[in-house]
Amino acid sequence: MAINFEIDLPEERLEGQLPDHKPPMTAHEVVAEANRCLYCFDAPCTAACPTSVDVPEFIRQLSTENIEGAAKTILQSNILGYSCARVCPVDVLCEGSCVYHQLNEKPIAIGRLQRHATEFALDTGLRIFTPGPDSGRRVALIGAGPASLACAFELRLLGHSCVLFEARPTPGGLNTNGIAPYKLPAADAIREVDHLLDIGGIELRMGAAVGTEVTIGELLQDFDAVFVGVGLGLDTPLSAAGAEVEGVVGAVEWIERMKLEGGYTIPGRIRSVAVIGGGNSALDVVREMVELGIENVTLVYRRDEAGMPGYGHEWVKAKQWGARGLWNTLPSAVLSENGAVTGLRCVKTRLVANEGGRASVETIAGSEFELQCEMVVAAIGQSKLTELFGAIPGLELDGGKVVIDVLSGQTANEKVFAGGDCVNGGKEVVNAAHDGKVAARGIDAYFKSLQ
Amino acid sequence: MSDLKVNFAGIKSPNPFWLASAPPTNSGAQIMRAFDEGWGGAVWKTLGQPITNVSSRFGATQYRGTRIVGFNNIELITDRPLEVNLKEITEVKKRYPNNAVIASIMVETREEWKDLIKRCVDAGADGLELNFGCPHGMCERGMGSAVGQEPRVCGDITAWAVEDSTVPVIVKLTPNVGNINLPARAAAASGARALSLINTIKSIIGVDLERGVLLPRVHELGTNGGYCGPAVKPIALFMVGQLGKDPEVNIPLSGIGGIDSWRDALEFIFLGASTVQVCTAVMHRGYRIVRDMLDGTERFMKDHGYETIDQMVGKALPSYTDWGHLDLNYEVVAEIDSELCIGCQLCVTACRDGAHDCISTVEGTRVPVVDVEQCIGCNLCHHVCPVPECLEMVEVDNGKEPMSWKAYEAALARGENPPHPGKSTHQTHF
Ligand SMILES: Cc1cc2nc3c(=O)[nH]c(=O)nc-3n(C[C@H](O)[C@H](O)[C@H](O)COP(=O)(O)OP(=O)(O)OC[C@H]3O[C@@H](n4cnc5c(N)ncnc54)[C@H](O)[C@@H]3O)c2cc1C
Ligand SMILES: Cc1cc2nc3c(=O)[nH]c(=O)nc-3n(C[C@H](O)[C@H](O)[C@H](O)COP(=O)(O)O)c2cc1C
Ligand code: SF4
Repeated sequence: MAINFEIDLPEERLEGQLPDHKPPMTAHEVVAEANRCLYCFDAPCTAACPTSVDVPEFIRQLSTENIEGAAKTILQSNILGYSCARVCPVDVLCEGSCVYHQLNEKPIAIGRLQRHATEFALDTGLRIFTPGPDSGRRVALIGAGPASLACAFELRLLGHSCVLFEARPTPGGLNTNGIAPYKLPAADAIREVDHLLDIGGIELRMGAAVGTEVTIGELLQDFDAVFVGVGLGLDTPLSAAGAEVEGVVGAVEWIERMKLEGGYTIPGRIRSVAVIGGGNSALDVVREMVELGIENVTLVYRRDEAGMPGYGHEWVKAKQWGARGLWNTLPSAVLSENGAVTGLRCVKTRLVANEGGRASVETIAGSEFELQCEMVVAAIGQSKLTELFGAIPGLELDGGKVVIDVLSGQTANEKVFAGGDCVNGGKEVVNAAHDGKVAARGIDAYFKSLQ
Repeated sequence: MSDLKVNFAGIKSPNPFWLASAPPTNSGAQIMRAFDEGWGGAVWKTLGQPITNVSSRFGATQYRGTRIVGFNNIELITDRPLEVNLKEITEVKKRYPNNAVIASIMVETREEWKDLIKRCVDAGADGLELNFGCPHGMCERGMGSAVGQEPRVCGDITAWAVEDSTVPVIVKLTPNVGNINLPARAAAASGARALSLINTIKSIIGVDLERGVLLPRVHELGTNGGYCGPAVKPIALFMVGQLGKDPEVNIPLSGIGGIDSWRDALEFIFLGASTVQVCTAVMHRGYRIVRDMLDGTERFMKDHGYETIDQMVGKALPSYTDWGHLDLNYEVVAEIDSELCIGCQLCVTACRDGAHDCISTVEGTRVPVVDVEQCIGCNLCHHVCPVPECLEMVEVDNGKEPMSWKAYEAALARGENPPHPGKSTHQTHF
């Protein structure tokens, strides 16, 4: 499969059961849709894209059937333009800002058009970019997720060579092991990494956890700069009593198994699943569970429907698929028999207005009830990788997030740069891609300042 | 590496994409912005005697949801003072020495031509374009298409200009003639270094049915204007092709008319143009359309092994022949891909009502069948089919030797008795 590294994804994986929700467009559809684009002046879609993809330009190129040109226009702004086309929350980014909304007409299908162009580049192995003249500088990048990949690619354009240290056996970060398969299956995420590495000069070391396999000290010594793109840590465990049983899992951990683990299945007796949380990971799990055939999937959230931090459009889709929402509800204990989950004890909550801040949640005494379920997925956040950060001399943290200068990605340690989820606390792939690009330019400027 | 540079009748340009003389070339500021976006040259909005324009002045064909399929204007030449335009020409040439700046001009008397030509040359224009094409307003004053329609007058004025000018003279032709070759030959014979075509086509864009007035409406009246934009491209291609293969018109051509993309531009180039000019597409979408024109052209050249624009000029001309030379024994028939067919049966309607009634429906399926014995290979169903690659025309090996109408007639004249060429299909449905 991949040419630039060796990977064998197991054949039998659960994610294979989830069909693509936004399948590719036919060439005919592409031209028709591209011709709907108005080619706006000072286009709002471009302004809405964190990586500033010149949307009208690439769509114009698709309309003249200049598909290679379209791919280049996208990828030169965002080298992860392929995964972004498939995973970006376009409803709140480019497509959400399309002027057609003001006519109550469908916005241009920017994501799908972008997929058409970039998938062509992947399918044909199109080589668009050449590395800059060799600078002799070497950069170590911790993690091989979107932030590090975008950073490494940009560093190559600037002539610096890169080594990616990735703890996992697969590259791609959450693109590979976290994104809902109906948006982007793991194999496609890996395909994108492979295409990106075609630029050459990027060494990918997998199974190379920094902190255990190799130390920060070694990286700081052996490389001219270090980029930290490690994302977030493990799922925050459920604090409810009795949660230490097999049927209680963290969302990101479960998604990763569902996507990558060969032969992993949900035990057949499981008919109902409770998903705890109100963010996008919770909504993803809900939809994945429903689509995997679980009959009763209930989202349990301590605030009301409107207070969910997850995207409303995602919840609407989950609801359409038959998921149920239990609002103002807090689980207090996991019920189990012989180690198997049988239900959740919950308590109702109410919101108490907080002056100048988000309302706080308060439980209602005497409102306890039981929810029957055989599996509990906790999607209540991910930890920060503070141990690793603690090992980096001089690093400044804010609530566990790495503090950087936004214009350069530089941390308080001048040799260390950072971007992506570990800096923003968990946003989107496109933000990580942007951060990586900015940091690469910051690193380049830093090298120039040393001369 | 493909090279887009061109030398058009001695005028150098970094690429073959020029702005046609029209509102996008009204001023120096605009033209400099256009050069920044990548345009290789610009033909300045026609200079001449002071005029006053009307408002409004444009009309458009909006065809079923697609805007500006065709465009029509009743605008005259520039309404900016000549001195200002000339000063700006100088300024643009100073700042953009590598881009082509052509002064389009149109006046009446010999003296006026002489004077204006000198001033344009002095201002630094790389070439002159004589506007013998404007088909509205100016022609009522004996200029524009009134000149282009009279080969003799066209030749005479060209000769004056050539005599007075030290830079190459391009003659811009009007399509409002029965035979485009005649004014073209007259201009070439009088020393024109190149020709550009087409200017706009005489037109009435529409009628306001509520008011009973022509469009565009100027108070209570309207007038005929000049048509351009995507709709006119086939007419322009024809005229460029006509001149491309006319041995008496042995000078470079600048193709104009409905060009919106690199593909359109290349079609003109394949028919003999060595530069192209664009107006309506830029008025609609701005200078930045040139980016994809450059990018698409370069990729096309790379993919097809062309190194220079010149290698593509006239590439399709050898295939452009008279009807009488076409092979009457060449046969194609329609073939429907039943996997792709969505069962709309538009081909059935088209063939029944608009062609040869040889596609029919079949019990139990929505996929129609073609009676290939009766199919005359006209292509109508292919154009009607909404599914790409579903209804294709396939070649039939009928074992017949090629035979054109001219060859057939010649054989008859020689007293031979060749079989009547072509497919005989005689359908009766009663
Ligand atoms: C369930 C879920 C669904 C999501 N869905 C979407 C979506 O639909 N659309 C969207 O745009 N975004 C989505 N996101 C967010 C998006 O995935 C992240 O914002 C993005 O992946 C962040 O990229 P990153 O490079 O910062 O971190 P990550 O993608 O997390 O990559 C970090 C990499 O670093 C590695 N690493 C960590 N520690 C070490 C170490 N010590 N040594 C070596 N390597 C290490 C990790 O193994 C990982 O590969 C989702 C996130 C989750 C959790
Ligand atoms: C509004 C307008 C004004 C024009 N003015 C001129 C002019 O001053 N001189 C000229 O030679 N042609 C003029 N033209 C014709 C264009 O230069 C060009 O020949 C014609 O529009 C066909 O090209 P297109 O289909 O790309 O628009 C004008 C066209 C338009 C639409
Ligand atoms: S395009 Fe500009 S000049 Fe023309 S009518 Fe509109 S606002 Fe006025």
